[in-house]
Amino acid sequence: MATAAVPPPSDMGDVGGGRGRTRLRRFLSGIARPYRNSHGVGRFMLISGTVLVCLMLVMAVFSPLIAPYGFSQVADATGERFGNHLEPGGDHWFGTSTQGFDVFSRVVWGARTAVTVVLLALAFSLFIGVLLGLLAGFIGRWVDRVLVMIMDSLYALPALLLAIVVAFLLAEHVGGGTATAALAITAVYIPQYFRVVRAATISAKEQTYVEAARAMGARPITIMLRYLLSNVVQSVPVIATLNAADAILTLAGLGFLGYGIQPTEASEWGYDLQRAVADAGTGIWWTGLFPGLAIVLLVMGLTLMGEGLNETMNPAIRVRRLVSITMPSIDRATARRDDAAGGTAGTTGSVDDLRKGDVR
Amino acid sequence: MSTRTSGSLRTYLLTRVLLFVPQVLVILTIVFILMRVAPGDPISVALGGQRTPEQLAELRAAAGYDRSIFVQYWEYITGIFTLDFGHTIIDNRPVTQIFTVNGGATLTLTAAAFLVAMVVGVPLGLLAGRFRDTPFDASLRVFGILTYAAPVFFLGLLFQLAFARGLGWLPSSSQASPIVLATVESRTNIFLVDALLAGDTSAFWNGVQHLILPALTLGLLLSGIFMRIIRINLIQTLRSDYVEAARSRGIPERKVVIQHAFRNAMVPFVTILGLQVALLMGGAILTEQTFNWNGIGSQLVRYLENRDYVAVQGVITLFALVVVTASLLIDIINAIIDPRVRY
Amino acid sequence: MTEPVLSVRELRVWYGTEHGPARAVDGVTFDLRPGEVLGLVGESGCGKSTLGRGVLGLLPRGAHLDGEVIYQDRNLVEASAREIQRLRGPELGLIFQEPLTRLNPLLRISEHFEETLKAHEPDLPKGEAKHRSIEVLRAMGIPPTRYRAYPHEFSGGMRQRIMIALALVLRPAFVVADEPTTALDVLVEAQIIGILADLRRNFDTSLLFITHNLGIVAEACDRVAVMYAGRIVEQGPVNDVFARPQHPYTQELLRSTISLSTTGLHYIPGAPPDLINPPSGCRFHPRCPKAMQVCPQRFPERVPVGPQTVECWLHGPDELMPDGGREILVREEITVADEA
Repeated sequence: MATAAVPPPSDMGDVGGGRGRTRLRRFLSGIARPYRNSHGVGRFMLISGTVLVCLMLVMAVFSPLIAPYGFSQVADATGERFGNHLEPGGDHWFGTSTQGFDVFSRVVWGARTAVTVVLLALAFSLFIGVLLGLLAGFIGRWVDRVLVMIMDSLYALPALLLAIVVAFLLAEHVGGGTATAALAITAVYIPQYFRVVRAATISAKEQTYVEAARAMGARPITIMLRYLLSNVVQSVPVIATLNAADAILTLAGLGFLGYGIQPTEASEWGYDLQRAVADAGTGIWWTGLFPGLAIVLLVMGLTLMGEGLNETMNPAIRVRRLVSITMPSIDRATARRDDAAGGTAGTTGSVDDLRKGDVR
Repeated sequence: MSTRTSGSLRTYLLTRVLLFVPQVLVILTIVFILMRVAPGDPISVALGGQRTPEQLAELRAAAGYDRSIFVQYWEYITGIFTLDFGHTIIDNRPVTQIFTVNGGATLTLTAAAFLVAMVVGVPLGLLAGRFRDTPFDASLRVFGILTYAAPVFFLGLLFQLAFARGLGWLPSSSQASPIVLATVESRTNIFLVDALLAGDTSAFWNGVQHLILPALTLGLLLSGIFMRIIRINLIQTLRSDYVEAARSRGIPERKVVIQHAFRNAMVPFVTILGLQVALLMGGAILTEQTFNWNGIGSQLVRYLENRDYVAVQGVITLFALVVVTASLLIDIINAIIDPRVRY
Repeated sequence: MTEPVLSVRELRVWYGTEHGPARAVDGVTFDLRPGEVLGLVGESGCGKSTLGRGVLGLLPRGAHLDGEVIYQDRNLVEASAREIQRLRGPELGLIFQEPLTRLNPLLRISEHFEETLKAHEPDLPKGEAKHRSIEVLRAMGIPPTRYRAYPHEFSGGMRQRIMIALALVLRPAFVVADEPTTALDVLVEAQIIGILADLRRNFDTSLLFITHNLGIVAEACDRVAVMYAGRIVEQGPVNDVFARPQHPYTQELLRSTISLSTTGLHYIPGAPPDLINPPSGCRFHPRCPKAMQVCPQRFPERVPVGPQTVECWLHGPDELMPDGGREILVREEITVADEA
């Protein structure tokens, strides 16, 4: 900005180059709002959940730096094999597994797989769900009816079963892997976004101010879209966070049943747990405990975040913060005497002083 | 007035039951499309590479896969209405046999888990909602989130490590000890019932012991969800206008909570029980796998591994039918407890 | 004069909010005699409903109650939760604004009545309970055949009559009616007003009638209290207050009423005051057409003017009036900018 040389009046920042900055600021303050507005249990849940999720995200992003070994590595740099079922300690903090993998490394790499798959699945299901929801809501009639029928049926199927079937079919023709797992999970969550967006679209159509805008000759579509956006934006973060938690469980379930990702492609917690079930009988606990705990922590983090968000954003269950106040007391004896005397004495003056004192 | 009420209840139930038929048709169609959208026919997928092309063609013709897809669809739908789900490809047995032989185990597991979930989840949810924002509520919520966050197979694994391997209190796999399984004659295919029919109490207790860990595992998962739903329902009910009105008439707080809030909080819970049935079935697949429980879920996994489309399609159809039927039953129950529904 | 059924002295109800206490009711004093109907009028948000609930101890969590509500020589403000719960029903009643959501949808009308009677008279035989309930319902125009029906089977007006019957079945001496007709259409409104006006004849009930409709007050009430920003600024017999309003707010309120003879609409400029940061001195002074220098400085006293009691410096008392207090208040133009 050329005018920057002259000390600009504060509001001039908005005119030129500042525009992007304010938008960013608005975006950031939008993200920060639930954190600022929350309190009590909701705030605790929101913050502890965010911390857990951030920890897991760090593990996912920096897994090559954090994990001492590769996810399918069975021997160290000198070519010496780790050995199977080593107890935790020494070189292998979490021990080694049946196949001789380093459990700690697999847990760390597993975070990367989980985050990738869930982000992909959420993006796909949001895109498809929102698109179909808008279509059904806008067009209505038979399109709506058919889509609702299909989505209701999909919703009625056990989520895991749906994911298994999709993974099974895709594995047959596309092959397993991250993308297959993500697509399988996508199928599970499309109906939810579809429902939310469709309901919002239909209610947008019936909003009085949309009708008013139409009466004034404005294009109702623009207003509807804005209304929709603000409505959907409110509920999607909560649904998306809770769905992400659920998606982690579905992914692990797929892996546990053998329809997830093969150990040589990427590390997946559910798969590791499947291998660990056989170990449990022989008392080997570390192969299952650590990947299981990783799942619990990530799902818990996302759930806490989602519930915390819900508590601060959903007016139906939001608690108004109870602020304790001190009420300046009135000398009741004099007030009554005063009252009996017809309310002429100066005691109310003192009440008034108290009042003023409290306001300022 | 009462005649009108019962009359409208009857009308409601009739329409609801009539609605059931198209619902089933839609869901069956979707299952069929899902299973057949991929290229290739079930026979070549399952047995390709094991037989000569001529043998495969012969099997295809025998199973009717060389006909048009519409004919196959018609056969699938009509088959289901006559309880004919086809024959499995890899071991050529009627799919319905999977249901009759292995269904008992799944039924035992899901029923016991549901019982655990109700007994644990409903009272805890009511208490948490009643005493909201107290340390008690907070700890119950942590419990709820933990049971939800732990995958069933991980919880199962921990139980196995702790109670079976560590403390040695309970068995960790199968429906009963192998010898006991072999001695009890199968009549209903529900082991506990068979043991009772045979008058073999020790076999019955053996079965109960084997049931505890799987039922707890699956039940706790569900109980956390039940608790959360009921807690929120109760909080909303306790704020409702009629609760305030009841207080304004001087109804004692204890009665307000029990008569007005608890009862009304259960209504929305019952309406979403249908969805929980789906969750229960999904969880059962994983629990069966964890505890080596020979139910339909285990069979599904076995047939999936062998790429037996017919068996897989049959099991999915069954699950879908169970869910749709459960939601029908729940709507009926709901109509009976909530007078507004039938209006 | 007979002893009052209910005496309220310097009652205050404050809500804790994040921006400081909201003074919904801030020093209210009034009496209610047996069989008397006191109308409580004022704009939305002036604390009318809070006052009604506060008297019955039915306040949400976070509300602070202070002052005296004397009923049968007892201060209800200091009564225990259990004590006041026992009084609600047989002694104190409440009729709500929105009848549609006030009946439990899962319970029959009969269950509502029997539960209420049983809570206060545990030994009452079931037949007697039914008999008494049906009697009250009949008085409200609900036929006994519908005794076992569910709430959703009734219209809004019928549900409000059921709510009234439910509040009256234990014959309370004092009832708060919180805008009982606002949610109903005009014909039903007239019917409900008729029923309430008959209360003292049939049940000798005292009524605190909260409304924003001055027409209803003129028709159904003996006395009227005008509330502004948590204070009762004027009270007195309905005829006197309506004929000779003494407080500028009452005058403005009466001028803004719409009747068949209305030719132009009048409204009071400005918005109702912020209860968290109320104006200093007299709370009406920023909107008052007759504001004087003293008004923002000192809190007005309660002054008797004829049969009325008024809180306004126009009526003195002169001995408390500071020098130059009667000069006209020159308002800064800021108020206009604030509104924009």
